[in-house]
Amino acid sequence: MQNRRVVVTGTGIVSAIGMNSSDFWNSIVECRSGIGPYSSPYAEQIRFKNGADIKQFDASTIISKDDLDLMDRFTQLAVVAAKEAVANAGISFNEDNAYQTAVICGTSIGGVQTQEQSYFDLYRENKTRVHPLSIPKTMPNGAASNISMQMGIKGPVYAISTACASSNHAIGNAFWLIRNGVCDQAICGGSETPFTYTFLKAWEAIRVVAPDTCRPFSKNRQGMILGEGSGMLVLESLDAAKKRGANILGEIVGFGMTSDASHITKPDQKGAEQAMKMALNDAAVNTDQIGYINAHGTGTLVNDTMEVAAVKNVFGDHANHLSISSTKSLHGHALGATSSFEAIATIMALKNGILPPTANFVEKDETCDIDIVPNASKEKNILYALSNAFAFGGLNAVLAFKKWEE
Amino acid sequence: MSETVFEKMATLLSSKKGINKELISIDSSFEELGLDSLDSIELIADLEEEFNVNIPNTELQGIKTIRQAVDGLSKAMQ
Repeated sequence: MQNRRVVVTGTGIVSAIGMNSSDFWNSIVECRSGIGPYSSPYAEQIRFKNGADIKQFDASTIISKDDLDLMDRFTQLAVVAAKEAVANAGISFNEDNAYQTAVICGTSIGGVQTQEQSYFDLYRENKTRVHPLSIPKTMPNGAASNISMQMGIKGPVYAISTACASSNHAIGNAFWLIRNGVCDQAICGGSETPFTYTFLKAWEAIRVVAPDTCRPFSKNRQGMILGEGSGMLVLESLDAAKKRGANILGEIVGFGMTSDASHITKPDQKGAEQAMKMALNDAAVNTDQIGYINAHGTGTLVNDTMEVAAVKNVFGDHANHLSISSTKSLHGHALGATSSFEAIATIMALKNGILPPTANFVEKDETCDIDIVPNASKEKNILYALSNAFAFGGLNAVLAFKKWEE
Repeated sequence: MSETVFEKMATLLSSKKGINKELISIDSSFEELGLDSLDSIELIADLEEEFNVNIPNTELQGIKTIRQAVDGLSKAMQ
């Protein structure tokens, strides 16, 4: 079967910088960060105090109480984001398309809030039982399954867990399913809610979280800032989208993935380079056609230096003519959900001709000598962009997007 | 005090990483001892707990030798 074109017809997002796609994008354009003191009764016992958590979230007006009882926080966020994406797309699911629709959700840890509560109940409170729905609430496929149940979707439904690259892998998989004719449409993205005492302590222990803020590519940057939330996209075959007169937001044209096979946490430049090359090859796009890259850009010394070196190696002289920015400086690093935020930011960037900024930039690092769009978004019309994700475990996933043009 | 820190470090490296104590000197680099960044984090974490101190992440990133580790911990204990 000839490869089909795949377009984005809806987006949905809940994040520290916006509880819907419109507010999220406005925050990006206005360089408005969601990083600040996170809400936790245990913050005093944790070395780092800042995060990009969602301060107020109440899904009770969107999801029934009975359904909410089945859902960990990470699933609730995912369902709310998915509902916005589907409403955005103006699509509905029924017997005609239910089996031709996929739901693929990325998450690194799934229902950790429920899991933490279980540990607390048993070890701390000496209870003899945990919540009877702990298993379905904790399981990492909880988000994907509940979205399929809420929407009546009956095709391929699963979760992907590849740490910080989970959403890119989920979106890339959904893209390939549609392109290859297995499905006609998909809801894809990711969700993560990492602000539990145990998980925050684990991040404290690995020593990569900044005490102040996330300053990707800036000299003296001190690491990442954790974030939470969910981003979801509706993907459709171009034919299906046109048939129902859908409003097309952008096109997804390529996906590349590699594994470093090197170190469990330290990224390998070659692996990152190969993932970008693979995405370009998959998209049949040349390096000099790329105008913007949404970076993995965690704000760690190691990643940002490696990533700029990898971009320069892949793009050669053209690296002097493209822009790269890290929106993690605004929405934080939401782990398995992060690249869903970044995919949406990239699609919006192409659609609106505005490149997202890298916030909190203070001083140039000579190892990151490239246009990083410091501290303010800028107007620029570009046709093709990449979005990078380089995860712990050496897992790399890169998406290629194209500005939608009739 | 510095000698105690060094001795503790050598004991930890020997017991947890199987490194021969006789090969560990104050002038050894982590690389020479076959330790990577994660080994360094684990070692410093054990020593922080042992001596009840906290070393900022920015200083930890600069610790590449036994001497730097001893100095960093000694400074944190003051």
